[in-house]
Amino acid sequence: MTMSLISLDSPGREVLLMGNEAIARGALEAGISVAAAYPGNPSSEIIGALADVANEMGIYVEWSVNEKVALEVAAAAAVSGLNAVVAMKQNGLNVASDFLLNLNLTGIRGGLVLVVCDDPAGISSTNEQDSRIFARLADLPLFEPSSFHEAKDIVRFAFEVSRKINNVCIVRSVTRISHARGNVALGPLPTTRPVPHFDTSKQLSSLPAIVSHPVAHERLKQAADLIESSPFNCYEGPETPELLVITCGSGWFFAREARDILGLGSQLGILKIGTTWPMPENLIRERLAKTQRVLILEEVDPVLENNVKEIFADFNASLPQISFYGKKSGTVPDSGELSPGLVLGIFSRLTGVALPSPEDGYRASASAALGEFSPMRSLAFCPGCPHRASFWAIKKALALDGRDGVLFGDIGCYGLGFLPTGFRQPKTLHAMGSGTGMASGFGMLSRFGATQPSLTVCGDSTFFHAAIPALVNAVHHRSDFLMIILDNSATAMTGFQPHPGSPRDAMGSEAPPVVIEEVCASLGVEPIVADPFDLNDAAATVYEQLQRPGTKILILRQECALVRGRKESRRERIRIDHEKCIGEECGCNRLCTRVFRCPGLKWNCSVSKAEIDEAICVGCGVCAQICPAGAFVKEGA
Amino acid sequence: MRKDPFNVVVTGVGGQGNVLASLLIGAVLVDRGFKVTIGETYGASQRGGSVMSHVRISRAHQYGPLIPPWSADLVIALEPTEAARVLGQFGNPGIVSVVNTRPIHPVDVISGDATYPDMDALLGKIRELSLEAYFVQATEKAMELGNPILANVVLIGVVAGAGLLPITAQDVEKAVTDYLSPHKVEINRRAFLIGMELVKGHERI
Repeated sequence: MTMSLISLDSPGREVLLMGNEAIARGALEAGISVAAAYPGNPSSEIIGALADVANEMGIYVEWSVNEKVALEVAAAAAVSGLNAVVAMKQNGLNVASDFLLNLNLTGIRGGLVLVVCDDPAGISSTNEQDSRIFARLADLPLFEPSSFHEAKDIVRFAFEVSRKINNVCIVRSVTRISHARGNVALGPLPTTRPVPHFDTSKQLSSLPAIVSHPVAHERLKQAADLIESSPFNCYEGPETPELLVITCGSGWFFAREARDILGLGSQLGILKIGTTWPMPENLIRERLAKTQRVLILEEVDPVLENNVKEIFADFNASLPQISFYGKKSGTVPDSGELSPGLVLGIFSRLTGVALPSPEDGYRASASAALGEFSPMRSLAFCPGCPHRASFWAIKKALALDGRDGVLFGDIGCYGLGFLPTGFRQPKTLHAMGSGTGMASGFGMLSRFGATQPSLTVCGDSTFFHAAIPALVNAVHHRSDFLMIILDNSATAMTGFQPHPGSPRDAMGSEAPPVVIEEVCASLGVEPIVADPFDLNDAAATVYEQLQRPGTKILILRQECALVRGRKESRRERIRIDHEKCIGEECGCNRLCTRVFRCPGLKWNCSVSKAEIDEAICVGCGVCAQICPAGAFVKEGA
Repeated sequence: MRKDPFNVVVTGVGGQGNVLASLLIGAVLVDRGFKVTIGETYGASQRGGSVMSHVRISRAHQYGPLIPPWSADLVIALEPTEAARVLGQFGNPGIVSVVNTRPIHPVDVISGDATYPDMDALLGKIRELSLEAYFVQATEKAMELGNPILANVVLIGVVAGAGLLPITAQDVEKAVTDYLSPHKVEINRRAFLIGMELVKGHERI
């Protein structure tokens, strides 16, 4: 949202930036020419922000088809002497890792920073993997900012290191940095960029690995010398603290505040590490020599903890006896996010300083209010979301089919189909494109006597990202399954970024859309297209397709309600005829509210009738098709 | 600001413009020389779930993105049950609550799995748990302006009118221009002024 601010040429001015925007600004200050990504929260705003200023800044920005291609596009710039940034969420790094673990062996000639945004607690993810392990796996330097402001500066520094060691640098952010906003002081923007040139006199190949692997180690060693004295590692506290807290990422903010709240300034020291691989060994050793109790505070896996313990083991002859507290000791949870409350509790337990005492009865009364006055608020598809209608149609068709069909799920907004909002229709949820791959595999099992039909749902963006190879596989092996493409014309979950099927690219230029129907047809499968808002037709089409042998494709096409809502007002005004709605007496089991569960509806308990919430309903009109009493009346817009 | 840091929770339901409200408040106060940190909770929560933004305002320090338990000074709630949810985690006897009284029924209530609390009892509880409470019909006012989403800026107007944060109509105009879009200045200015107006003569409860 603060897009225009990241291109401001006002060095020294403080503006309010989101961590991801600060990362984007850092890349601009480092003089990038190319930026690429596939969207994924919490990383999406980095390339989004750069896309918005691409024309103005004269850089090239693309939403790539997937993370591996994004890294390859950025790498092409970096092997030609340019600076390039690539961003992804933790799952995306898995996709890109095959290329990354070869690129690290050839190195680059310009600067390449890979930003990975981890999602501790999986707030908007299916997993909470700790991506830092990839830095060690790939022998690449790793940087972890502790604030939005540092996020900008650390990206700029990572580019300096990258150019000096001729290899990729990884910056790992987390949700509480990427999705936090704060004051960021702008630095100068460069005025010139190099002209790309690929030096064809030298080949870039990792072969033989036995030779290139030691080169990668040598580059990492060079990085160690550069990072040891960086300002991103710093100590704050007494010279010989009773408790030394070693932290990185969002742990730093929480540690400082908990220290101040508990008044621990004279006994507790905080060592913040911004360069977590390779570790600033001298600094760590120096601080370990001056304490006997060490707490390591970090999110997800004990990466910092194990690295600190490794240094302790290497130098233990010159170090005191130290008690370590962290994930291994059970002091810090080994999953989920850190929070101020959690860190306060840990500090209090380790130092014996009591937490601030509660006011007389307030907290008990307020906590009780939570249970009594704050009803659960489960996630649900938006009002007017085509996915609700699609899953309704699928549910109906599967019931009619009666063979206990298995719907393999996939990643996107429609992943919520797993919940009651999608009538719990998908039975699996793993990685991008996995629904198609698994459905293809399940469709091969009839030879062993399997009788259940195989289906999958796949979003339009997911189709391009990872489902096409699985579909090719299915066609070639004559798998018996139905692929249902839920085409809402958007990468909706992450903020409506364009994808290869869109008529415009990230920078707003016209782009030739890759048509899903044509891709499918080229593989020999003519897809059927239906409108999920026409419930009966959609359900009948799903049913018919399930009766056919071989690989089938059905596109359920209807624009994302949020995208549509930006362009036009509500489609229909829906009114409920209270003469016709006879509530619990009807025998419909409150189909509209208890089963269909659209947020645009309300149930009036006192009269036992459905109502429309005028502030929420967008008028898709689907509820009018499911009410057996015909009580929902469409009145036009 | 009566405390440093001054901790604000902006809460509501996904889609109510919660993130934008915290962004506008933050943008205004950064321009006024404050250090502001905003922690946002969204992602999957955007889809009908509870959404909370923590806004931390200080003259001296850049605070972390999350408010410690029981330490909020002001809750701005776009939905009344969400105010209660915040008070149950961040409330204290000194907190001020500014609450839009328009309910949004969770799907769990729509389906009958949960019940929506009695409105009088809910507002009574919020009043009891707050030093001061302001209850306003922000959504209704926003719908009169043509779009329920403007309830967020109506509430910022209430906050400003009650003297809880130093924000003027000019500040909102500038923040909308800088951070949102110049085309949206006029409608947001009107929403803000309606909020300012609502609080006039509103008895502090």
